[in-house]
Amino acid sequence: MSGAAEQVRRLLALVPYLQEREGVHVQQVAADFGVPAATIIRDLKVLWYCGLPGSMPGDLIEVDMEALDGDGVIHLDNADYLARPLRLDPQEAVALIVALRTLREVCGAAERDAVDRSLSKLESAAGDSAGAAEQVEVKIQPSDPAIADTVNAALSANRRLHLTYYVPARDQTTERDVDPMRLVVAEGQTYLEGWCYRADETRLFRLDRIHSVTMLDVTASPPSRATFRDLSGGLFQASPDDLLATLELSPLARWVGDYYPMESVEEAPEGRLRVSLRAGDPQWLRRLVLRLGGEARVISPDELAGQVQADAAAALAAYEQ
Amino acid sequence: MVSARKSERLMNLVICLLVARTYVPKARIREVVEGYRDQSEDAFEKMFERDKEALKELGLPIELGYNDKAFEDEPGYRIKRSEFELPPVMLEADEAAVVGLAARVWQHARLAEATSSALVKLRAAGVEVDAQALAVVEPQVAADEPAFGPMWDAVVGRTPVAFEHRRGGATDSMTRHLEPWGIVSSRGHWYVVGYDRDRAAERMFRLSRVVGDVVPIGRPGSYKVPDATNIRELAGQLAPPEPTSKAVLRLREGAGYRLRRRALSVRPDGAGWDLADVPYTSAEALAEEVVPLGPDALVIEPGAVRSAVVRRLRILAGRTP
Repeated sequence: MSGAAEQVRRLLALVPYLQEREGVHVQQVAADFGVPAATIIRDLKVLWYCGLPGSMPGDLIEVDMEALDGDGVIHLDNADYLARPLRLDPQEAVALIVALRTLREVCGAAERDAVDRSLSKLESAAGDSAGAAEQVEVKIQPSDPAIADTVNAALSANRRLHLTYYVPARDQTTERDVDPMRLVVAEGQTYLEGWCYRADETRLFRLDRIHSVTMLDVTASPPSRATFRDLSGGLFQASPDDLLATLELSPLARWVGDYYPMESVEEAPEGRLRVSLRAGDPQWLRRLVLRLGGEARVISPDELAGQVQADAAAALAAYEQ
Repeated sequence: MVSARKSERLMNLVICLLVARTYVPKARIREVVEGYRDQSEDAFEKMFERDKEALKELGLPIELGYNDKAFEDEPGYRIKRSEFELPPVMLEADEAAVVGLAARVWQHARLAEATSSALVKLRAAGVEVDAQALAVVEPQVAADEPAFGPMWDAVVGRTPVAFEHRRGGATDSMTRHLEPWGIVSSRGHWYVVGYDRDRAAERMFRLSRVVGDVVPIGRPGSYKVPDATNIRELAGQLAPPEPTSKAVLRLREGAGYRLRRRALSVRPDGAGWDLADVPYTSAEALAEEVVPLGPDALVIEPGAVRSAVVRRLRILAGRTP
């Protein structure tokens, strides 16, 4: 879209917006429109030349430039004919409706009710534009409702939780106290993010791996160094200290290259794929290679190859007795 | 740099066609809208056509009609208010709050932008939405696949497309011709479902396996999409089928948490061991779960699962299969 079309799109929302909010500060407008204040000021200077056909003095939209220069507030007048914004277009309507439906899958009961009400209002306001929302589906892995309810309740009451949590890399359940901070959904799974007193750091707990949960009679008080993980780079962020392994995947195991974050991916002869990946827990890599059952060959490190071979030999012994 | 002149002209054209009680003839538009008057006839024609197109893209359809057909009047233009104005939307405070949260769901630049511009329109309609509020629920939906943007457009616009697709495990790709019905996210991966013209059947493709461009091969809206339940049903095939068989596994105490969790029964079997009856769908898939447990799990029956496990273990142990 050209610069002028982009500006006109904004102006068509700005004119009704300013009429709804007489005397609003330019910084507030900039924040609401997600643009710098200078852009809003440029927009107002364009409006200064717009109005009813005929170009008589009383026909133009009036913007109080003195109030803008002096106090940074905006007064706009003489634009009654542009009192409503444009309809939501299909892209806007579908993006917003799908986002709300995704939120609905994971929020607490009170918010779910608010989501349902706003969905029905927005769907009816969007009209035909909302139609394509039926063609988009974001599946969130369901979690045990009893566990989700307890976690949501602890978040709203700000209470500490006791978790029995399964760690798949070690095939063990662990007991820990956690101060819940928020629920995040990423890559189709729901996670509780919270301060873990066992690990003494912020951790993410996948809801479907929480075996049981109890709300404790203790107020959650995560230490000040408990910060939210930045998830913009994906859920699994490898650290340079993590074990680096190189595997060669047969065509049947190529999916691994798509599925987990890779340090490098290279084509190898006969449709194989040579990949390098990092793992915080070496046990996880060992289980991955075992799971691939020979479709992945460990190139390095040698210890990993040795461990896998020893595990397999020990397991095989029981079948050969 | 944005052309302020062009923005002014487009805004004045909108206002002129919006406030007119009758269709406005082209000659009159040229006369009253600032910016057209000083153009040559030819330049004006081209400019006016481009401007109409720009407004249509913004969601402002310009209607062509006759004020009085009986007199074979010259045709004129107008914009119908009811066609573009957002109908009234009143959101309660808790509804506006969840809409603000929903605005943060998309981790895909273009869809994030579409949600933000939907929010701008709602604000222009008088709704107070705060998209920065701290929240205890933070769902995120990412879409890193390069094919996602064009496929989303094809789905929302109902446009048939062609693309190259590489099957799982394959290294070469095939051209597909698809009428996309819907787009589904499952476990962090996006899939498109639709009618495959080459196979004359419903098909589903993983977007990460689309290689290169997604090319439109027909007009938007040129086919019908079955109703939403069909899309969900098709997408439901992404979920694993219900288990139909039962295996008996010997598990070391404390090991095989996931297998125990879905076991029909678990009973002690000598010191430090349990016997578990585990439902499963395919012997190969169950073997994938059992092998990573190494010497902590032994398949008692059936033979099909036992031999799938033994075959994998032999390869992993470095023996000839």
